[in-house]
Amino acid sequence: MAEEEVKLFGTWASPVSRRIEVALKLKGVQYEYIEEDLTNKSPALLNYNPVNKQIPVLVHNGKPVAESLVIIEYIDETWKHNPILPADPYERAMARFWAKYIDEKFWPAAMKIVVAKGEEQKGEIDEIQQQMKNLEGELKEKKFFGGESLGFLDIAANIIIWLVVAQEALGMDQILNEEKLPVLYGWLQRLLDDAVIKECVPPKDRHLDLCKVKFGSSIASK
Amino acid sequence: MLLGFWFSPFVKRVEWALKFKGIEYDYVEEDLTNKSTLLLTSNPIHKKVPVLLHNGKPIAESLVIIEYIDETWKRNPILPQDPYERAMARFWANFIEQKVTKSTKEALVSQGEQQEKKVKELKEAMDVVEGEAKAKLNDKTLFFGGGNGVGYVDIVLGWTCNWMETIEEVGGFKVLDPESQPQFHKWMANFREVPFIKPTMEPKEKLVEFFRMLRQDRLGLVANK
Repeated sequence: MAEEEVKLFGTWASPVSRRIEVALKLKGVQYEYIEEDLTNKSPALLNYNPVNKQIPVLVHNGKPVAESLVIIEYIDETWKHNPILPADPYERAMARFWAKYIDEKFWPAAMKIVVAKGEEQKGEIDEIQQQMKNLEGELKEKKFFGGESLGFLDIAANIIIWLVVAQEALGMDQILNEEKLPVLYGWLQRLLDDAVIKECVPPKDRHLDLCKVKFGSSIASK
Repeated sequence: MLLGFWFSPFVKRVEWALKFKGIEYDYVEEDLTNKSTLLLTSNPIHKKVPVLLHNGKPIAESLVIIEYIDETWKRNPILPQDPYERAMARFWANFIEQKVTKSTKEALVSQGEQQEKKVKELKEAMDVVEGEAKAKLNDKTLFFGGGNGVGYVDIVLGWTCNWMETIEEVGGFKVLDPESQPQFHKWMANFREVPFIKPTMEPKEKLVEFFRMLRQDRLGLVANK
């Protein structure tokens, strides 16, 4: 078989970029990682993703795939061992439904929290708490959303780690705490403890510093 | 069983997928002002249509439903077989949702400067769609699904054929332009003529009346905040 060439264009602090690294590592796929500077995007990136000009982009034997959830499904369908999505169509539909929920509802709400103030911020916090309760309903008593091992939704939900770090950087009380959300809190601890996930999160100190720079102005106005 | 609204493009998509596969289904028309218990318990998170119930198990979100249909009934595939082609189809479906569908919705319920911004975004998105249509379609390849058959991208984009003109009229803006979007307009003409799609197109006057009401309702809410 011809040598597989897999490249990933990403950035160290992007949760969607890190999602792809998780998927590739779960499958044991060797890849070349290219760190992009988003203020000065490489010609290669612009060539591979002319439509959105965003990372992550996976390039497999010269053919580019963009959009993190699309890339993960591509990885799952191309390298069939250690499945990321479940086999059953209904379970797959549930995984996709909740991954969409994370990207379209949770993430915008999480972004709002780190920039909102006062009453508005409180409203956003209530909203996120409700969303997390909804996620708990999907997790139930499982170790991970994927069952015994990481699945599609666990990978998509990695952005919860980013919210936790941002809140820590801003000195906010954690929304995801053991008292209010014990089920999801337990999941988060197991996620953070997972060997593959540990390799695919930004170094904590650098990440905290970045959050302080990005969102720090909201502290000054409190 | 499919729970829907007659005026919803998202519901229509799911119907197209079901019809394409020749799947029998019961259609239940929901009331926007009085949603049924079945709908609220089947989709407690969003409380929206479409919801497909298959052997009692509910699935929501039109694109998720379409992939479920494709994986459950394997004849007449909607998505391509090859993983790379599937990724391309999903990429474009995502682009259409995030840039075309979303911007159209937002242009419908906004006005003034806010609406101008959305219309500009929509125009830019349509340029990209035209570019893709130019690249993929020709006299032999009428649809994004390849050849003469509709596929996933066609079904996801298909709402534009029935709803875009309506929303333009109601919202008071223009995005469709046969001169700068010739390939897209050819695709729309072909899509409308597909035998299982043609009878499903809602009359424009009926849609205009409904969406006019919807727009006034939403703008009224914003004004009263």
